[in-house]
Amino acid sequence: MVEVNKEEKEIILKFTLQGLDFETAGEASGKIKRVLQQLGVGSDVIRRIAISAYEGEMNVIIHAVRGVMQAVISPVCTSITLDDEGPGIGDIELAMREGYSTAPDYVREMGFGAGMGLPNMMRCTDKFEIQSKLGVGTKIRMIIFH
Amino acid sequence: MKLADVQKILEAEVLCGSEWLNREIFAVCGADLLSDVLAFTQEKTLLLTALTHIQVIRTADMSDLIGIVFVWGKRPKPELIAMARIKDIPLLASPFPMYEACGRLYQSGLKGADNG
Repeated sequence: MVEVNKEEKEIILKFTLQGLDFETAGEASGKIKRVLQQLGVGSDVIRRIAISAYEGEMNVIIHAVRGVMQAVISPVCTSITLDDEGPGIGDIELAMREGYSTAPDYVREMGFGAGMGLPNMMRCTDKFEIQSKLGVGTKIRMIIFH
Repeated sequence: MKLADVQKILEAEVLCGSEWLNREIFAVCGADLLSDVLAFTQEKTLLLTALTHIQVIRTADMSDLIGIVFVWGKRPKPELIAMARIKDIPLLASPFPMYEACGRLYQSGLKGADNG
């Protein structure tokens, strides 16, 4: 879903994500990338946005039941929010550590679940916030300046 | 070094993107862990992998990789090749195992992804 807020000069992209849907996983992040390319945002900045969005999208697919990813693209920055319904994260500090993962074996066999996603999202973004409630879900907000 | 040189060194078959073989390779990453590709590669890196599922193409797209070489003679499904074509990602298939494919490219002067 695409909305354009002309007054704020913002483009809003909203996607519904389904847990365990590995076939379409990454489509939403790909669409965000294409819009940024059409807007002429710098390729190094687009790469950081695309990677952090994709890591976030994969996290929802791997761990959550469902979720919503929203990208708000303004002339100065892109803000990405991920809001999922799922098991939540009990210890965020531990989850942010490189190499820590609760992903099942079949996800690791696909080449994911190495415990690099959250640290990589933080590394790629200028602002990174995460909130989680066990048994409810996780919210992540990331901002990347253009 | 160009992708065409890589094709010769790895005796690889071009699965898609023969028109992009003049692309310059700056670094190479051999990985079956996509998390590492996302975390450690730079743009315009060539990926060598034994993974052939759809997320390899998506990872290459998100990371602005220059192309993918499937090692161990592995091949992705036709729909995946079609998707790579749309996303401008050339695909090669080499009969060599990962270790030997990486060794051949390293020996010919191509650096790794983290110090290229």
